[in-house]
Formats: sequence, structure tokens, C-alpha cells
Amino acid sequence: MLALQILIDGFAISSLYALGATGFTLIFGVSGVLNLSHGAIMVVAAVIAWWVAGTFGTGAYIGALAGVAAALACAFFTYRVIVRPIQDSGAIPKEEKEIFVLTGTLLWGIMLQEAVAYLFTDNPKTVRPLVEGVVMILGVRTPWNEILTAALSWGAIGLLYLLVNRTRTGKSLLAASMNPRGLTLLGFEMSNIYVLVWAIYGILAGIAGVLLGAFLGVSSGNAGTLTASAFSIVVLGGLGSVSGSLMAAYVVGYLETMTAYLVSPSIRTVPVLLLLVLVVYLRPQGLLGRR
Amino acid sequence: MLRSRTFQIAVPALIVMALLPLGVDGYILGLLTLAYYYAVFAMSWDLLFGFAGEVNFGPSFLIGIGAYTAALLNHYWLWPIPACLVAGAFAAVIAGAALAVPALRLTGPYFGLVTLVAVLLLQNMIVLFAGITGGEIGLDLPDVLSIDDNTNYYYALVFMTVSGAILFGLAQSPVGLILQASGQNATEAAALGFNVAKHKLAAFCISAFFSGLAGAMLIFYMGTASVGTVVDIAVGVNVIIAAVLGGRRTIIGAAVGAIFLIGAGELLRPLGQLATFVVSAVALVVILFFPGGFMGRILQSGGRE
Repeated sequence: MLALQILIDGFAISSLYALGATGFTLIFGVSGVLNLSHGAIMVVAAVIAWWVAGTFGTGAYIGALAGVAAALACAFFTYRVIVRPIQDSGAIPKEEKEIFVLTGTLLWGIMLQEAVAYLFTDNPKTVRPLVEGVVMILGVRTPWNEILTAALSWGAIGLLYLLVNRTRTGKSLLAASMNPRGLTLLGFEMSNIYVLVWAIYGILAGIAGVLLGAFLGVSSGNAGTLTASAFSIVVLGGLGSVSGSLMAAYVVGYLETMTAYLVSPSIRTVPVLLLLVLVVYLRPQGLLGRR
Repeated sequence: MLRSRTFQIAVPALIVMALLPLGVDGYILGLLTLAYYYAVFAMSWDLLFGFAGEVNFGPSFLIGIGAYTAALLNHYWLWPIPACLVAGAFAAVIAGAALAVPALRLTGPYFGLVTLVAVLLLQNMIVLFAGITGGEIGLDLPDVLSIDDNTNYYYALVFMTVSGAILFGLAQSPVGLILQASGQNATEAAALGFNVAKHKLAAFCISAFFSGLAGAMLIFYMGTASVGTVVDIAVGVNVIIAAVLGGRRTIIGAAVGAIFLIGAGELLRPLGQLATFVVSAVALVVILFFPGGFMGRILQSGGRE
């Protein structure tokens, strides 16, 4: 009974982690950017979905769409106004671009977080779920929303997989992560590819944010934790490796759920952190990382 | 040395700061006292980042270890303050070395992540053992540095000046140049016969020493040690923003950035919740348009620096 409960809850939360981390690792794989405003963008998506659905009475679906659109807008802004100018800047030495992108996106994340706290207060908000009701799975009460969360997460990841492996545009993304110079020589415009990656990222982060808001609820104070958990999952799986991130998301999701149910919710994140330290020392390239 | 730009800027500024207690009230002095401790945090971070080229995302791990070691010794065993400060600083060095020896084998984002995780673990441990450490509420200390504003102010000012001078001197010394070379191109520096790992480890330990000492001084100034003031990620983020804002690889710039950050936070207090937003926005603009920071432009036009 408890085992099944852990299995179901862990699966839902892990799928959500996987979705959140996929976008994060995609950006890193293709353009080498670690986006520290990730958590804040997810929070924006959830809060906008909550606000639109609640204030205008548009229903959960329009709200969710608005949330994803907001995340997309934030992602574009992050790229255009922060990441791109830093990468193009002649005043920043090449070896320091990374720290500038990190600091820049970190500051931008704090700005988003504070803006959300100012406009919508920092109380936790729960987005109205797309579907209501509960279902009994072998005696475990499971909200439909939890099942939908897992299904939608996997749906989005599946679409991404098809896009990357089956379409010409997607293959250019893959090529960009392997050899950007070669791709440029073939006549592809790198900046178009980066815009595309950020657009995909925005949509993925938006869906993840809205689902998280409906599943667990979100407050502006969560932004940092969300970024940290995406970062840890991605490093655990291997930076830039999407399949590694998916696997790591499940390791983290289940480890957290088991700790919360079997030991104590207050140390929920501790085993994950210890595992992370261990992996980084013993196998710095992560579970499935190359290099 | 005497003719260097940094010296020409620092000495008049220090004289003004030393004379401040004659003209301003206790509240502003208290604020500056806090800013001076932050300045030491930021300067030690700059030694590691600006010179050794390592991004330490967890300055508050070192600060927190120093602060909590001192706090626990003072709270439970009633050690006198100087002994606590020394113990705190050395605990930070030991913890820093324990973190750095394996972590320095990693590079870039991995090193950053390990330092970040170290902070999260420390924070979790403190909250977990709340019975001993006081948890979220914090640990009150039987001793404080002083109850007089002026005395506290001078303690902080002298501490900042001495630490700044040592860190700056170190950065300008041959060791500093080797560090800088290791940070910019580790392979080439190693090919020239310098032991890159040893120098980076030394930089980490020195950074840890001053961070830990400053953390311990800070809690004896405040009279209480709490997660929010010395361990929280937000503390580390402020330190990093201060150092980058003031101008990396200048040491002095980090101090200017820290004083600016604390001062701006206070000036913007009427804005309420928006204050952090505005400070972050200003920092972002500086990073985007003046990547050298406040001091970068002033100092770098002066030649060797």
C-alpha cells in the first residue's frame, strides 16, 4: 500500500522533474548556457496561469495557455536581452563569458521572482487543475490531475524527441550541440538555431511550471529551489545529455519521495544532495555524460 | 605601490571612513559596519574568482562554517571571543580545504555545483540539528564585540582595511600573477612549471580564512548566529553580485561593490519589496554595459593592474 503510494507519487513528481530539466539541459547542450533564471520562469508560468484563470474566469485551459505564453516571453527576453548581449560583448574576455551569463541570468531570475512577489504577493498559489476528481488505483487514492501531470510531461518530452530526431530543424539542433562550427560552414545561421532552442525551452519550462503549480502549488520563494533541483538533476545525469537527465529525474524524484514518506519530509532533499556530491566526485561527467 | 591608482583612491577613502563617526549617527554606522564585513566576504571571493578563475557559488559555506564554529564554542563552552574567532577562521580553512582538494579536480560548472551543494548541505544540517544549532531561529551569543556603535565601527573598518591590504598585496605579488595565469590558461601555466593545483588550493584556503574570520566577527557584532545572516544562498548571491558589480580582479572593487550593495538596499528601503528588484536591475545593467564593474574602468586605465 505504502509502496504503491510511493511508486505513484514518485512517478508523477519525477515526470515533472524530467520535463523541467529537459529544457534546462537542452539549452546547455546546444548553446552552452546554464540558465539560472530557470526556476523563476517556471514560477512566472504558474502564477500567470493562476492569475488568468482566477481573475478573468477563463477556465483552466486558457489559464494554462497564458502561463506557457508568459514563460515563452520570459525565455525570449532572457536570450535577447541578457544572454545574447553578453555572448556578443567584446568587453568581456572569452573565458569569463560563462560567469557573466551565470550572474546575468541569476540577477534576471531574482528580478522575475521579486516582480512576482510584488505583483501577486509571495503566498503559495495553486493553479486550478485541468481535470478534477480522483481515481482509485489498487486502493491508492490518486487525483486525476496527478496522472495527467505525468502523461502531459511525457507527451511533451515525446514530442521533443520526435522533433529532434525526425525533423530537419530538429536535426540541426542536434548538430549544433555536436559541432557548431561545422553547422555554420554548412550554411546554417546559428542565431536562428539559438532562437529556436530558447523557444522550445520556454514552452517546456512553461508547461512544467503550470503543471507544478497545479500539482504542488508554487510561490515566488520556490524559484531558487527549482533552479537548484534542475541544476542537480542535469549534473547528475550528465550535462547536455537529455536521456541522462530523464534518468536522473527519476532517481531524484523517487529518492525524495521515499525519504519524505519513510524517514521525514523535513530532510526530503538531503539524500539527493549527498548522492550528488558522491557522483560529482566519483564520476564528474554524470551518469550518462560523455567527455 | 605608492603611486598606484588603487593606493591613491583607497587612502583618501579610508581617511574619510575613519572620520565618519564624528559626523553621522549610530544607525548609519551600524549599516556601514555590516557593509565592511560584507566587503571582506566579497574581497575573499574575488581572490578566488578574479585571480584563480574558480567560480565559488558557495561563499556562504565558508562564512557559515566560520560563524557557526565560533558561535557554538562561545554558546556552549563560553570560549572568549578572540579564541572563537581564531577557531572559526581555522575551521573554515579546514572545511575549505576538505571541499577544495577533491573539488578542484573538477572545472567550470561542476566546481560551481559542488560549492553550491556544500551550502545546501550545511543549511540542511543546521536546520536538522536545530536542538544544538538553534535551527532557523538562530543561536544567541553570551558575548558581543562591543555595545558601542563607534567601537564596533572601528573594529570592522580596521578588520576590512587589514584584510583588504593583505588580499590586495597577495594579488599583486608574484603568487597573484601565477594564480591569474592559472585561472586564464591552466595548461600553459602548468607547462611553465607552476603547480596550478597547489596555488589554487592555497587561494581557496586564504579565501576561506578571511571568509570564516569575517563570518565569526559578523556574528559577534550581531550577537546572534542565524542561517539567514551567514549561511543562506541569498548571502552568497549578494557576495557574488557585490564582487562582480565592483569590478572583478581588483579586490578593492569588491569592497566598493559590497558597500554600494548594502547602501543601496537601505536607500531603497521605502520601495519595500521592490528594493531587491531595483538593486538586481542596477547590477544587471552594470554587468551588461560595464562588465569591468565600478572600479574596473578607473583602475584598468592605470596600466599594470
